[in-house]
Amino acid sequence: MTTAKTAPRGPVARASGDGAGLAVETVSLSKRFGEMHAVKGISFSIGRGEVFAFLGPNGAGKTTTVRMLCTLTRPSGGHAAVAGFDVARQPEAVRRRIGLVFQEQTLDDRLTAEQNLRFHAVLYHVPRAEVKARIDRVLRLVALEDRRHDLVSTFSGGMARRLEIARGMLHTPVVLFLDEPTVGLDPQTRALVWEDVLRLRREEQMTIFLTTHYMDEAEYADRVAIIDHGQIVATGTPDELKHQVGADTVELVTVDDAAAAAHLDAAGFRVRRGEEQLAISAEDGEAAVPRLIEAAGVRVRSVDVHHPTLDDVFLHYTGRQIRDEHAERAQSAMARARTARR
Amino acid sequence: MTATVLQLPGGPLADERVSLGEELRTVGMVWEREAIRFFRTKARVVSSFVQPVLFLFVLGYGMSTLVGETAGFDFKKFLFPGIVAMTVMSTALSSAISIVWDREFGFLREMLVAPVSRTSIVSGKTLGGASIATVQGTIMLALAPAIGVRLTWLAVLEVIGLELLMAVTVTAFGVFVASHVQRMEGFSAVMQLLLFPMLFLSGALFPLNGLPGWLTVLTRVNPLTYAVAPLRSVVFAAQHMPPAAAAKFSSTVTLFGATLSNAACIGITCGFAVLFLALAVAGFGQPD
Repeated sequence: MTTAKTAPRGPVARASGDGAGLAVETVSLSKRFGEMHAVKGISFSIGRGEVFAFLGPNGAGKTTTVRMLCTLTRPSGGHAAVAGFDVARQPEAVRRRIGLVFQEQTLDDRLTAEQNLRFHAVLYHVPRAEVKARIDRVLRLVALEDRRHDLVSTFSGGMARRLEIARGMLHTPVVLFLDEPTVGLDPQTRALVWEDVLRLRREEQMTIFLTTHYMDEAEYADRVAIIDHGQIVATGTPDELKHQVGADTVELVTVDDAAAAAHLDAAGFRVRRGEEQLAISAEDGEAAVPRLIEAAGVRVRSVDVHHPTLDDVFLHYTGRQIRDEHAERAQSAMARARTARR
Repeated sequence: MTATVLQLPGGPLADERVSLGEELRTVGMVWEREAIRFFRTKARVVSSFVQPVLFLFVLGYGMSTLVGETAGFDFKKFLFPGIVAMTVMSTALSSAISIVWDREFGFLREMLVAPVSRTSIVSGKTLGGASIATVQGTIMLALAPAIGVRLTWLAVLEVIGLELLMAVTVTAFGVFVASHVQRMEGFSAVMQLLLFPMLFLSGALFPLNGLPGWLTVLTRVNPLTYAVAPLRSVVFAAQHMPPAAAAKFSSTVTLFGATLSNAACIGITCGFAVLFLALAVAGFGQPD
């Protein structure tokens, strides 16, 4: 093949491919730390304007992948291109086109919000004439305009995080990387951060790559890749993934479960009898409800439709639940964030 | 081969380079940040004067009675340029602590992942710390009348230039040390360990001639020796010093039996400055 000659190290987008094309593309990307195989040859691509989530437990290889894409860690094998530039051979070009929000805070809390942003604008070569307008814009996007001249040391953890997100997109990157953006934040603040992220996507058509171990956060993404032990075990939109693991479940509580079960069974539905209700599998739960009530033949007291969750998807693919690990982790992260903020 | 990925046009992939203008803009911004942070911590501004002033008056008056006067010139006047140098030195050395701070509080990362060279960041840091140290040292000159030291405009300008050179050398050295120290406590300990020997062996506090051999060797190895001597020379040049006083309170430094001129001292200091800057850049953390 001719490719082998012109691009001996494999497929990567061409150097001038800034405008269109994929935001991120990896082919068999892997990373080894001595004996430890942190990332085992993963391939995926992210289109422009997509919100893409890496969902996986602690130690699954999420952060290592992000670090390789951000040129902070050299891949041991495979290839990766960000905004059309090879992360191994064109790190400078990649760095100019990405925004990064780390797990740990990286603000200078003895500077004001604006000074932090101005510092970043210079280091990322935002043209002098545009600096002020960009700072105004990103502060507005995260609703921190009124804290502009306040020292970051007076900010709450959530405000600091939102300021970091604003900073990450100050230089209008092609891809914004958010590594566990809401770790250590309380639920209300997490919701605020998500509002900001979604507003960014809407108003700036930003491509966002985020890692998370919160199922509910992965739901916000256009596409999700489930990663476990350094490998992608499933990719798709949240709905696609859920459909892969099974149908919806409709739960019926009737005045006479035994009779209802017999009727439904006769009508060709797959019925399981629970202690106080009947569970019926259906491709489209809501649509099946009227037919089910009719087929039951007895008075129905209540109806409940369950869709598979990403928890079910995760369990299906990894045989484990992510929940147990994350509760503990979030707590330690919170403690860490607190000490780091003095 | 994977089928539908964009193909390379052929030839090696060229990376983008940061223009000199952009690098200089970064140096300026890093410098500005150091200045903002310094003046925001008022305690640091004040505390960096306390020790030198204490040394000047306590040590100066104390030793003057012991050393006595030679042709109207006493130890206080000898000590004065040394104290100015001491102010510059301690401020410059301690300003490098910001590197350790930045590491502890994560800001170092923000700088290291940016598309700029480490040289720009280290240069900005060094110039920032050096400027602060120069300002502090220059403020000390205000005490000259209290000591009876006469200053001319020319002497002040020369002193400022020499302070800046000394400050760059010391800050670069501090940045080099700081980039190899992981923890805050470690840095403070190392700085205390370095500051006083470097200060005492630099000629800031006593003349360097006629010392025992081993001490002579130590003072000549100390880079600061070559920065203190010209600083004292230009201050002394503005005084009316009888030959007897000039002989007793020597401002010059000898190396291998030859008395070094100011130009030679400045040359040696510049050499150390370049060396320390190179070491600082090399030691400045790669993004792990």
